[in-house]
Amino acid sequence: MTMMCPDTEDALAGMITAADGPFQIVGGGTRGFTVQGAALSTAALSGISLYEPGAMTLVVRAGTPMAEVDAALAVEGQRLAFEPMDHRAVLGTTGEPTIGGAVAANVSGPRRIQVGACRDFLLGVRFVDGQGRVLKNGGRVMKNVTGYDLVKLMAGSYGTLGVMTELSLKVMPVARSMGTLVAEGLSDAAAVQALSAALGTPFDVSGAAHVQGGRTMVRLEGFAASVAYRAAALQAILAPFGAWALEMDNAQDWQNVRDVAALHGDGDLWRLSVKPSDAPGLVARVSGARAVYDWAGGLIWLAVPEGTDVRTALGVFGGHATLIRADIGTKQRLGVFQPQPAPLAAIEAGLRARFDPRGLFNPGVMHSAVQEKAG
Amino acid sequence: MQMPTPDPTILARKDEIVRQLGQVLPKGAVISDVSETRAYECDGLSAYRCPPLAVVLPTTTQQVSDVMRLCHAMGVPVVPRGSGTSLAGGALPTGDCVILGVARLNAVLETDYDNRFVRVQSGRTNLSVTGAVEEDGFFYAPDPSSQLACAIAGNIAMNSGGAHCLKYGVTTNNLMGVTLVLMDGTVTELGGAHLDAGGLDLLGLICGSEGQLGVVTEATLRILHKPEGARPVLIGYDSSEVAGACVSDIIKAGVLPVAIEFMDRPCIRATEAFAAAGYPDCEALLIVEVEGSPAEIDEQLEIILDIARRHDPVELRESTSAEESARIWLGRKSAFGAMGQMGDYMCLDGTIPVSELPFVLRRIGELSAEYGLKVGNVFHAGDGNMHPLILYDANKPGDLELCEAFGAEILKLCVDAGGCLTGEHGVGIEKRDLMSYQYAPEDLEIQMAVKDVFDPKWLLNPAKVFPLENSAARRIAAE
Repeated sequence: MTMMCPDTEDALAGMITAADGPFQIVGGGTRGFTVQGAALSTAALSGISLYEPGAMTLVVRAGTPMAEVDAALAVEGQRLAFEPMDHRAVLGTTGEPTIGGAVAANVSGPRRIQVGACRDFLLGVRFVDGQGRVLKNGGRVMKNVTGYDLVKLMAGSYGTLGVMTELSLKVMPVARSMGTLVAEGLSDAAAVQALSAALGTPFDVSGAAHVQGGRTMVRLEGFAASVAYRAAALQAILAPFGAWALEMDNAQDWQNVRDVAALHGDGDLWRLSVKPSDAPGLVARVSGARAVYDWAGGLIWLAVPEGTDVRTALGVFGGHATLIRADIGTKQRLGVFQPQPAPLAAIEAGLRARFDPRGLFNPGVMHSAVQEKAG
Repeated sequence: MQMPTPDPTILARKDEIVRQLGQVLPKGAVISDVSETRAYECDGLSAYRCPPLAVVLPTTTQQVSDVMRLCHAMGVPVVPRGSGTSLAGGALPTGDCVILGVARLNAVLETDYDNRFVRVQSGRTNLSVTGAVEEDGFFYAPDPSSQLACAIAGNIAMNSGGAHCLKYGVTTNNLMGVTLVLMDGTVTELGGAHLDAGGLDLLGLICGSEGQLGVVTEATLRILHKPEGARPVLIGYDSSEVAGACVSDIIKAGVLPVAIEFMDRPCIRATEAFAAAGYPDCEALLIVEVEGSPAEIDEQLEIILDIARRHDPVELRESTSAEESARIWLGRKSAFGAMGQMGDYMCLDGTIPVSELPFVLRRIGELSAEYGLKVGNVFHAGDGNMHPLILYDANKPGDLELCEAFGAEILKLCVDAGGCLTGEHGVGIEKRDLMSYQYAPEDLEIQMAVKDVFDPKWLLNPAKVFPLENSAARRIAAE
């Protein structure tokens, strides 16, 4: 299939205006979404428009490869602090992840508990809506309450409200040093309690993860002496849960947490957002599951036998479950996204009808086309 | 400042409307006597006043829902009100509206330290949220300067910031969930004790929507453990350019202070006359505060002071005690009061890219001379959130209008510099008519289309945020 690759907002707007059928919007194509529609790539909307390290702001076109963003920031000792995961290994996809894709899926990694999610770093957005209008919201300043915050709405909308063309992001300095407290052999329940205890201190934890049957890790970042001081303080506080060794500069371990390395391979993969203290009990409800806990338990990655209906197994809980990896039949049968309560589903449908009245953008993503047909 | 003419058919039905509201509310929760509704005629933007048709003070989410359902059915506009501290006129009534005040919804519903959140009713004041958890060592981070009085409901409506948001973020970054009542009375939950509510980010959309999409009755807020300590330094420079460069270098060095505050000479002089904090008489003064253990604070301050010295300061004052810290903050915290001593003032909060600071300050100085009105600048430098305070005389005919014209020029300047009209106060009525300077008609159209979804009849706080001519067709069609 030929791929449309507009290289300007106007060209993109023209394609949308002239469209007679739906689009599959493609960034790097690494995040595992396939929909029926003409492929519309943001690859030619690429490049950094503005980077002011002293103001911690980056303005970048949506199709810019993540690697290019990371490299530019690294030169100035800065980074995207929300630590977006790379989905390629866990999904078996290829291609180059883009900044637009990360924003569209609001992808945030372990540091989310300390600094916030991708959406918290998005300062402004330009996009083309379903009527071919070139629109903007937000800007490139840290604080902005001028009108409605459509920036948040666009982050995590999976391309269903418009095609994002340019993004403004807050960036942060890379920490001078990093250390991780590691304990082995904790039960899930003990690990989550320990991680919660760590987060309930003044010691500014930037990562809190537990691999079922494996390591439990608490990350500290900052100046070297500060990391050492906080590590010692936490070792004392966490002693009742086990012995905690301090490992320095183990970036690979955190990349493994971010990219769910422990659950690469076969089986379906679910992503659960829950109240942290609920996490071990929820995992126990799903038979045959293997889990990685991030965000001190607030984020659960759950590998299950193919076709397992995790939502039914979980029953009623506070949070939501997203199906990340499964065959197309399972995705259609169970739905990728957790269905919303009726009033919210109605609001979401209303928003889609106004941003994308012809239903051009990624039809069926977020709201299940299957469910809507069935309903 | 124009407001729509009150609908005479609503005014004519006042008795019936009040009667119906009384049926769903406890005794004393409906105020309709003209002498009493006057207490609600304005908010913190006191230059504009208009008593509402009636005021309701519900005590439960169900009562809020009942009020909304009734007003929806009767076609009566509703203006939500937290504590009425908005500086932008966000809670300004119209003569035909019902003020829905959440002040009596002030309970703490749940405190959960394991999961680090507190769930409160939305009328609770910002500072009393921290008050509910501080004995256990926790706090709620967003700290608008009105935090003693302002309600969480208003914080959510305006997405309020504060002095410490450089590190902790603003309301939207600390809000995990809400109970939201829609205009037709529907009660719904967004988010909760988990991070990142599912589906579209409606929570992010509600935060900062200025009470135009729904009424928040309960909120789940992220709480954090208090830092071990905090300490400021005071740095004086003889030019704002140099002070701006110092701020930029501190940020680039990888230190993340919790606050970087900036005051210019007119503001320094005003606060010295008022509070005598012992500030140097210089062009630009920075207060930089860092947090942590004593050793961590020392380490960070050493880096900051090194950078500050490289820029050749006229004053460098490091705090060595709690008293000295308080003294460093004294002038900054008295700045608004000090300017208030000099006359009436208007406080704006346009935000600019930090790199544009020197240019924007110079231009504000030029405009001050052109308009013949004094202006002092005090602001959050780390995030470019300006707070020019324009002095005027409310008793002098034409002075308010002159001040507003000057203020509008400053806000346009902020937009021209790559910034925005408002960083933390909100649009309300104050900046409503400038929205078309920052946004193209289509950009406003898509925002209004969002309101169409939540509030098709445009009954909720309808005359705010959008220029009246842009929203006219919708407001009139809805009547």
